[in-house]
Amino acid sequence: MIEKMDKLEVRTQEFKLSEASRQELDALIKQYPSPRSAILPALHIVQAQFGFIPAGPMAELAEMLGILKGDVEQVVTFYRMYNQKPVGKFHVKVCDSISCYLRGSDELIQHGLNRIGTSLNEISADGQITISKIECLAACGAAPCLQINDEYVYNVQPEQFDEILDNLKTAKENPYFIP
Amino acid sequence: MAQQIFPPPPQLLTEKPPFEYQLLKHRGIPGFDKLDVYRANGGYKGLERTLSMQPDEVVAEVKTSGLRGRGGAGFPAGMKWSFIPKVSGPKYVTCNSDESEPGTFKDHELIENNPHQLIEGVLITCYAINSGHGFIYVRGEFARGIRVLKRAVEEARAAGLVGKNILGSGFDCEVVIHSGAGAYICGEESALLESLEGKRGYPRLRPPFPAVAGLYARPTVINNCETLSNVPHVMREGAEWYSKFGTEKTKGFRVYCLSGHVERPGNYELECGTTFRTLINELGGGAWKGRKIKCFIPGGSSTPMLAPTDEVMDTPMDFEGIAARGSMQGSAGVVIMDDQTCIVGAVLRLVEFYKEESCGKCTPCREGTQWLVQMLHRLENGEGRPGDLELITDVGSNIAGKSFCLLGDSAPVPYNSALKLFREEFEYHITHKTCMVGPRSGKQLAHAH
Repeated sequence: MIEKMDKLEVRTQEFKLSEASRQELDALIKQYPSPRSAILPALHIVQAQFGFIPAGPMAELAEMLGILKGDVEQVVTFYRMYNQKPVGKFHVKVCDSISCYLRGSDELIQHGLNRIGTSLNEISADGQITISKIECLAACGAAPCLQINDEYVYNVQPEQFDEILDNLKTAKENPYFIP
Repeated sequence: MAQQIFPPPPQLLTEKPPFEYQLLKHRGIPGFDKLDVYRANGGYKGLERTLSMQPDEVVAEVKTSGLRGRGGAGFPAGMKWSFIPKVSGPKYVTCNSDESEPGTFKDHELIENNPHQLIEGVLITCYAINSGHGFIYVRGEFARGIRVLKRAVEEARAAGLVGKNILGSGFDCEVVIHSGAGAYICGEESALLESLEGKRGYPRLRPPFPAVAGLYARPTVINNCETLSNVPHVMREGAEWYSKFGTEKTKGFRVYCLSGHVERPGNYELECGTTFRTLINELGGGAWKGRKIKCFIPGGSSTPMLAPTDEVMDTPMDFEGIAARGSMQGSAGVVIMDDQTCIVGAVLRLVEFYKEESCGKCTPCREGTQWLVQMLHRLENGEGRPGDLELITDVGSNIAGKSFCLLGDSAPVPYNSALKLFREEFEYHITHKTCMVGPRSGKQLAHAH
């Protein structure tokens, strides 16, 4: 039991919020009448640092917000944008709701998976790409659409998807980011 | 590949817009997200006029304008504001931009391209109900929209339009841009409040209604992004001007979202009460690839499908007109399906959305949506059994009206409305174990998965 706890301790120490993240969080929390209200945007800051939401920072955040770690956990497990385990450096999320489905999103997803040789939600061997499905992204007039991390690409046809995936294989920063 | 800002360039750029843009004025004017460009085009004039009036007069003006909520229910906006009790202590305004209803994508464009219009709407609403705190809850996926809005708030603050003593009037108001994190249920107003308080987005029991006990149990107004984007126009030009647009009971203009199997998908700003024929055929170019329209969804995935009969196509798109055809105006997201669409596949995809997005709070919706998807899945894949159609109807009727919120009520809608229109296609799936139309028709589907 003690040994197990030690391991847990080590695991929580592997991921620590950076000073920059902490400062960003402090500024964020001040905007709200109740600190707990900041939790959703706060978790986006955590995810921006690690690519997912590790256990240690959840506890750190709970302390900053003055709530229990369980309060943070139940939020992390409820909202779909938080990755509970690591994903590729670029998380490609293809919309498969009705308007995208009608314009070929199922075929697009299969095409992309074949191209990089992974299955759904799996990280590519080089760690660069994970392809997932996502519910309606509210860009139905530009279907099929997808997101790379949190950035949109519209009207994606299979040959363009090839180009996108090729780009991402070697990219260091998200090439689809618009300030 | 070139980076794109939503929406991709409209294909009708050279033609005159069918309606002189109000909400979408940013189209064709570069830099509209910047404060100086927005102000040069009449921006914040509505707020200036508001600040010269008493709050009650502002509420009365919006009431007179006939502006109705654009989120789906169509509740009169001014009426909603008038429910806020005149008590001391904090009150809040919350903008619902958790746009997630399949087929709807207007907030996306309004936020990314015209952020000041929304901020001005929030400020006016705050003034009208004596609130000093507005929240704009934006779905987390609109990461760029959130950046644009935050920049706009800071720009407005520097110009004395947000913060203390706005435009020297003595009115103080903060506007906070809040990001969600991916949950359709947070578009339900009470779930949105829970989420904004830092919890899971579970809907609340009502009463009490948000006007009495909303955010932090204080009086709260919640309006849709498009509703609040209309407010500056009402206050700038006056209620009389605004109510000249639209039909008898649905005033003004709104953004219709056209998507699916149509030649020219996109957002179209039109006067309320324009017909489906104008939107779908004249502006949208009809079904793509020279095909015919099989059916369409008139107001987002939660509204019953309609067949494109002459009577339906000539229906004015307002709350009453569409209701008379047995459907709803909803969020004005019009999704077209062409004659090569297998309706069973489409219904399965629609219902899967509700299964994925069910929050899990109440049993009928949590369990029922799973069962609906299981049964539709086997139907779609050629493994349907005699009696399945009745069974699906029965399960659906045990969700609708028995769930905690409207999400459950909406889940059986695609199936029920499609069954009414295309019963023979569903039966064909059971008897022939394959699709009646579409690319998979005639192919043996059973055990394909």
